[in-house]
Amino acid sequence: MTLVNEPINRGEIRKKYCRFKKHGIKYIDYKDPNFLLKFVNEQGKILPRRLSGNSAKFQRKVAQAIKKARHLALLPFVTDGLK
Amino acid sequence: MFQRNYETVFILTPVLSDVQIKDTVDKFVNLLKELGADVINVENWGLKKMAYAIEKKTTGFYVMVEFKADPTLIRKFEVELRREEKAMRFLTTVLDKHSIVYAERRRKGEFNKKVEAKEEATK
Repeated sequence: MTLVNEPINRGEIRKKYCRFKKHGIKYIDYKDPNFLLKFVNEQGKILPRRLSGNSAKFQRKVAQAIKKARHLALLPFVTDGLK
Repeated sequence: MFQRNYETVFILTPVLSDVQIKDTVDKFVNLLKELGADVINVENWGLKKMAYAIEKKTTGFYVMVEFKADPTLIRKFEVELRREEKAMRFLTTVLDKHSIVYAERRRKGEFNKKVEAKEEATK
């Protein structure tokens, strides 16, 4: 008998990665609301890093871009059923 | 003279006629030129539906201006935008080295496919 718990998700551990680092995207355009939609939930809230997998650097840039888009009414501040 | 790259997006009220819109856009472009900026690009996105109502209006006429200018000029330009009642919203952004590259590619139309897809999605 062993005291160590077995891992629950066998072979299903997928490493998170930052899509901007992976694809070499250096600038996030606030004028492209369709792209930014990937980083908000149904209510229009910005997704946390633990869900989006972004690096800290790009999470900041995403957040800034979303906030700019909101100011220009390209994205809603609050809503329901965005997706 | 020290110059930086800027980009301003402003939203005009939808109640204007085509001529009025053109006049207003020209007014601001000319203002920038008078103030000593190099206007690189003016882009009319046309009448777009906004994500939320501004001044009880659900649509707005979006205009984007890219220009190179002295940083002290921005303040005067924004004062004029604030005074202008036809402009409901505006946002001026400084472009850093990455966004300058991006803006150039955008201007050359490398993202055209994307833009078309965007327009279809908004329809």
